[in-house]
Amino acid sequence: MILTGKGRIDRSKDIGFRFDGRAMVGAPGDTLASALMANDVCLVGRSFKYHRPRGVLTAGSEEPNALVTVGQGAAAMPNTRATMQELYDGLVAQSQNRWPSLDWDVLAVNDLAAPFLGAGFYYKTFMWPRAFWERVYEPVIRRAAGLGALSGAPNPDRYERAFAWCDVLVVGGGPSGLMAALTAARGGADVIVCDEAARFGGRLVYETDNIGGQPGVDWADCIVSELAGMDNVRLMPRTAVTGSYDGGTYGALERVALHRADPGEAPLECHWRIVASRCVLCAGALERPIAFANNDRPGIMMASAVRAYVNHWGVAPAGSMAVFGATDDIYRTARDLRAAGVDVAAVIDSRTAPRDEGRTNAREFPVYQGAVVCDATGGRRGLREITLRLADGQQERLAVGGLAMNGGWSPSVHLTSHCGARPIWNAELASFVPGADAVPDQSVAGAAAGAFSTAACLQQGITAGNQALLALGRSAQAVTAPEAEDAPYYVQAIWSVPGKGRAWLDFQNDVTVKDVGQAAAENFVSVEHMKRYTTQGMATDQGKNSNTAALAVLAEATGGTIPGTGTTTFRPPYVPVPIVAYAAGAEGRGFAPERRIPSFARARREGAALTEAGLWHRPSYFPQRGETHWRQSCDREVQMVRNSVGICDVTTLGKIDIQGPDAAAFLDFVYANTFSTLKEGRVRYGLMLREDGFVMDDGTTARLGPQHYLMTTTTAAAGQVMRHLEWVHQGLRPQMDLRFISVTEQWAQFAVAGPRARDVLAGLVKEPLDMQGWPFMSCGAVTVAGQAGRLFRISFSGELGFEIAVPARFGAALYDRLLDRAQDFGGGAYGMEALNVMRIEKGFLTHADIHGRVTAADVGLGRMVSRKKDCIGQTMAHRPGLLEDRQELVGLRPLGAVKQLIAGAHLFAATGPVTPDTDQGYLTSACYSPTLETSLALGFLRNGRARHGETVRMIDHLRGIEAICTVTDPVAFDPDGGRMRG
Amino acid sequence: MRLPCPLCGARDHREFTYQGDATMLHRPAPDAGVDAWDSYLYLRDNPAGRLHELWYHDAGCGAWLVVERDTVTHKVFGARLAREARP
Amino acid sequence: MAELMQSPAVLMPGAMTVGTTCLAVWDTGPVTAVMPYRGRSSGLAAAMQAAHGLGWPDANRVSQAGATLCVWSGLDQAMLVGVVPDPALVGHAALVDQSDSWAAVTLDGAEAADVLARLVPVDLRAQAFPVGYAARTQLGHMPVILCRPADAVLRIMVFRSMAETLLHELKEAMSGVAARGKG
Repeated sequence: MILTGKGRIDRSKDIGFRFDGRAMVGAPGDTLASALMANDVCLVGRSFKYHRPRGVLTAGSEEPNALVTVGQGAAAMPNTRATMQELYDGLVAQSQNRWPSLDWDVLAVNDLAAPFLGAGFYYKTFMWPRAFWERVYEPVIRRAAGLGALSGAPNPDRYERAFAWCDVLVVGGGPSGLMAALTAARGGADVIVCDEAARFGGRLVYETDNIGGQPGVDWADCIVSELAGMDNVRLMPRTAVTGSYDGGTYGALERVALHRADPGEAPLECHWRIVASRCVLCAGALERPIAFANNDRPGIMMASAVRAYVNHWGVAPAGSMAVFGATDDIYRTARDLRAAGVDVAAVIDSRTAPRDEGRTNAREFPVYQGAVVCDATGGRRGLREITLRLADGQQERLAVGGLAMNGGWSPSVHLTSHCGARPIWNAELASFVPGADAVPDQSVAGAAAGAFSTAACLQQGITAGNQALLALGRSAQAVTAPEAEDAPYYVQAIWSVPGKGRAWLDFQNDVTVKDVGQAAAENFVSVEHMKRYTTQGMATDQGKNSNTAALAVLAEATGGTIPGTGTTTFRPPYVPVPIVAYAAGAEGRGFAPERRIPSFARARREGAALTEAGLWHRPSYFPQRGETHWRQSCDREVQMVRNSVGICDVTTLGKIDIQGPDAAAFLDFVYANTFSTLKEGRVRYGLMLREDGFVMDDGTTARLGPQHYLMTTTTAAAGQVMRHLEWVHQGLRPQMDLRFISVTEQWAQFAVAGPRARDVLAGLVKEPLDMQGWPFMSCGAVTVAGQAGRLFRISFSGELGFEIAVPARFGAALYDRLLDRAQDFGGGAYGMEALNVMRIEKGFLTHADIHGRVTAADVGLGRMVSRKKDCIGQTMAHRPGLLEDRQELVGLRPLGAVKQLIAGAHLFAATGPVTPDTDQGYLTSACYSPTLETSLALGFLRNGRARHGETVRMIDHLRGIEAICTVTDPVAFDPDGGRMRG
Repeated sequence: MRLPCPLCGARDHREFTYQGDATMLHRPAPDAGVDAWDSYLYLRDNPAGRLHELWYHDAGCGAWLVVERDTVTHKVFGARLAREARP
Repeated sequence: MAELMQSPAVLMPGAMTVGTTCLAVWDTGPVTAVMPYRGRSSGLAAAMQAAHGLGWPDANRVSQAGATLCVWSGLDQAMLVGVVPDPALVGHAALVDQSDSWAAVTLDGAEAADVLARLVPVDLRAQAFPVGYAARTQLGHMPVILCRPADAVLRIMVFRSMAETLLHELKEAMSGVAARGKG
C-alpha cells in the first residue's frame, strides 16, 4: 500500500510496467519490489520445493523470495531479484515456479505432502529402478522444483568485461565507506568506491537518523558530491564487488543498463576485475530472520526492509503491523511505522529485558517483553494473524497484516573469507566477525567489522582510510566524524522459536528447523554435510539470510557450540553473476583471434572452404564447378600437383630467425641432429625432441649466413617451439650468445609444387632456377618481381617444389601472380586436404603422427639422434624402455573388401581375439590416394618395421568397421625421391 | 593472481605459462646416470609452503622467471630472471 | 615485369570515431627488431645514439628522436621504428626486419584508456603508464606492443595477421564505452 505523502521518491510521476500480464503503475526511483508493494501485490513467487506462497522479504541483494523473470523472448532474464531491479517504463516481469498461475499453483499440493518431502526425501525415495532416475524422476523433480528458466535462445544482449586499477578500493558506500573514501581521496590516493545499490549512502538512504544535524541521507549526498568532484575518485554505483582474489584483485558486477528501458549499444552488465593496492571493506551487515512456525507467509519481512520501504519508497506491506525481534531495531522500526501512519499493533521484544529502558520503552505502542511470535496464519494474499507466546507461557492472538522481524545482524564477512580465512565468533554480537588480516592489504570497517552504530561506522571509515593512506606511503588526513547516532548494540540471540509447525530457516531452498535436525539425526553433523543434505545456503542468495541461524540450530541439535560448528566456506561470487558476464567478449574472435593469411582475399574469391589450424584460417580445398564433395576437389588438386603445378599458402608455418656467434651450437643442442655442419645456402630437415626423449616437433632449418639460420616449425606448434627455445636459451644455456625472434608474420611464403614449378617461377624470379644453382634442399636470396625475396627448394608434396617468400605486404600480389601463372600451365591452388594426402603418400609426418608419445626411433629416424653430442632429449631417448618392443611407424593399405581406413582405429593380428591385450597399434593418418588409387594410412604397429608385407586387421570400434590391411613401408609413392630431387 | 615480472612489473597471471618446479634449471650431465635423469625429469617435492617455480612471461617480455610462492597462502615473495637464477 | 602491389596491414579507410575516441591507422614506416648480443648493450646504445640520435630504451619505455622511436618490446629486444637501422648497429645486435610483421593503430581521445581497459589486463592510467611508456602485453588473446606518445593517445601494434580481429575488438569496446555516456 502507498503511504500517501510519505517516502522520499516522487510518486506524482508514473512509470508503467506489467507483472504477470497485469498493467501497473510505479514511480521513478521504485524497484520492482517497492512498485509491487505500491500496487498492493503481496504474493510475488512460489517457493522452490513446496510451492508455498511467498512475498518480498528484504530490500536488497540478499532477497530469497522475490525472484522474477524480467523481459521477454530470448532476452528474458530469469531469477531477477525484484528488490534489485529498478523500475523502467515498459518493464515486463513474470513470476516463476508456478503453474498455471501464481494464485492457483497446481504443485502447491507439494505443501500438503510436506511431511513426506523433508530433507533427504529424494535421495531415499527415488532409488529404484535405477534406470528411472535419469528418464523419469529427475525430469519430473526438475520441473516441479526450480527457479526461472532460460529462454533457450541465444542471448541477444550485450555484456562487457573490463579491468580497473586503483590505490584504494572501497567496497560499500554507506557511512563507513563514504568516510573511508573521503579520507583516502583527500590524502591523494586514487580511489574507487563501489556500491551495489543505485544510490550511495547505504542504510542512511533508508533510515531517519541525523548526521551532523542534517538528515543522514542528505549528509551522504554531500559527501558523494564532494567525491564526485575529485579527479582521483571513481564512483561505481550499481556495482557489487563479488569476490576477493589473490594479489589485490577483486571481481565486481556492474548493472550498466539493466535499469534502462532502452540500453541501446550499452552493455547490460559489466564484469570488472579491479586491482587495488589496498581495499577497505565496508560491506555492512545482513539482518537475520527468526525461525517460527509459518514465518514465510507473505507480509512477514525483515525489519530493516520494512523501514526502507516505509521511509524511502513510501509504501508498506499492510496498514496494521507488528514488530518482533531481539535488538533495539524493533523500536526504531515501530517508531518509523507510526510516523508513517501505519498502526503498530505490538512490539514483541524477545529479550528478557531491554538494556536501555529510557530510550526504548517509550510506551508509544504495546510492548511484549520476553515474548515471541510462535505462529502465523494467513492466505496467499498475506498475513492475517500472529500468535504470541508471552513471557509467562500464555498464548495470545493478534490480527495484523504485516510483521517486521529482526533476529540481529550478521556482518558481511564474505569478502574477508574468499582467500581462505575463516570468520571468528563474537559471543557479545552473536555473530561471526572478520578475523584480523584475513585478506592481505584489506581492512574492514563499520558494520562489516561488527560496529553497528552510525558513529562507530563513521569513525572506523576514517581510521581505515588513513590506514590505507599510510600503507601507500601517503600522509594521514585529519578528517573529523560528524555527530551521529551512537546507541549500544544489545542482542539476545534468538535462532528459532520452539513449537509445532514448520519454521523456515532458508526461504529460498525451503529448509526448515526440522530439516536441519533431520540432517543431524542422520549424522550429517558437519556444517558442510548439513548444507549438502538439506540444500541450506545454496542457490542465488547463498544463505545470506539463513547461514548463521542454520548452523546455530545445527550446533544445538548436535550439542556443540556455534564456533565449534563453524561456517561453511564462503566462495565468490557474493551475488549471482550471469555466466554471460564472466564470458563477455570471449565469443567469436574474442574467444580465438582469426589469423588471416596473405592470400585470404584471393582464396575467398576462389571459393575456398576454410579450416582452422591453430588460430589461422587456411583453405581446406578449392571446389570447382561441378564438384559437390570435398573428396572430388581434393583428388583433383592432388593430381594437379602431381601432373602439373599447385600453389599453397604456407605463411602459417612458424618461422624463427636465429642469429649470433653461438647460433650453430645452440641449434646442435636443441635439435637431435647436427646443424653446425650445414652449409650456407642449404636447408636441412630437423627433429626436435623433448627432454624426456620423445619427439616434440620437426621442420626444416635453413642456413642464411655464417651466424644466421631460419628455423621453421609446424603451424600449430610455433608458440610451443618458441617457448621451448627461450627455455633452453634462458634456462639451460644462458651463456650462449644468440638472439632469435619470430618472423612468421614478416614473410608471406608460398609452396610452388609440381613438375611445372620452375615454369611458374621462371617469369617471376630474376635468377635462373637450374639444377646446378638450385639443387634439392638449397636456399637463398632472390629477386621476385623487383622485390627482395627468399627461395627454398624444399618439398612437402614429394614433387619438384619451391617455397618462395616475400615481405608480407607483397604476399597477396605475389600469390595472385603465382596462381595466375599456375593456371596458365593447367595448375592452380591446393588446400590442406590435398597437402595432407600428398604427404601421407610420401610418408611425411605431421603432429597427427608425432603426437607426443613417439620417439625418433619409433618414426624411423633413430639415426638422427646423434650420440656424438649432447642435445635436448639425447640421454633419455636412449633409455632402455624406449629402445625395444616399440610400436613403429608403418604404412597400411586395405587388402580385402573393406577399403576404408580410419585414423584412430586400432590394429590387431589378422585372426584371433580382439582385446586390449592383443592390441598391436593404431592408425594416425589416413586418406584416399588418387595417385595410387587406394586408401592409404600411416600408423604405429608393434615392431612394425620388421613386419612389412604382413597382414593385420584394422578395427574401428566406434564406427564398427573392420578392414584387412597389408603392412608396408611408410613411403608409398616415389620411394627413392626422384621426383622431388629432379 | 599477479606475478611481479622483473622487467614488466606486476602482471595478471593470464600473461604467464606455468612450468612447475625450478628444479628444471639443474640439468644433469649426459652421463649422470639414470637415477639423476629420472629425478630431474619426474621426481618433484610437493611442499605445502614455499616453492620456487618456473613461469614464462608468454604475453609479456618473453622472459623465463623463477617465482617464489607459497602454495598454501598464494603469497608471492618475488621473481628473478631464470637466466640469472642459476647457480 | 610489373612490380608487386603492396597490401596495407590494416584494412581501414582513414580513421573512424565512436563516441569521443578516434581509431586511426598508424603508419610506422620501417620496423626493425634490435636485439643486443651478450655484453654489447652499451656499444649498441652508443652506436644508436650516434646514428639515430636516440638511446637504448629502458624496460617499458620508448626512446625517441623526432619521428624515430625505439620501443622496448621484451627481454633483450626493442623495435626501432621509423628508420632503417644504420649499418653501424650490425655486430652489436641481431637486427631483424619486422616492417611487415605488425599492424599498427592509434587510439586518440580522453576515453582511449577506458576503451583499452575492456581488452588489456595492464594498468594504463596516466600515473602508471605515462607518456613515453611502452608495454608488451595482450589485447584479448592477441600479443601486442602498446605505447603512449601523448596524454590522450595510445598506440597499438599487433601481428599483421590479426589486424582484422584487432579492429573488431576495438570497435566493440569503443561502442560499449560510448554508449555508457548516453544513460
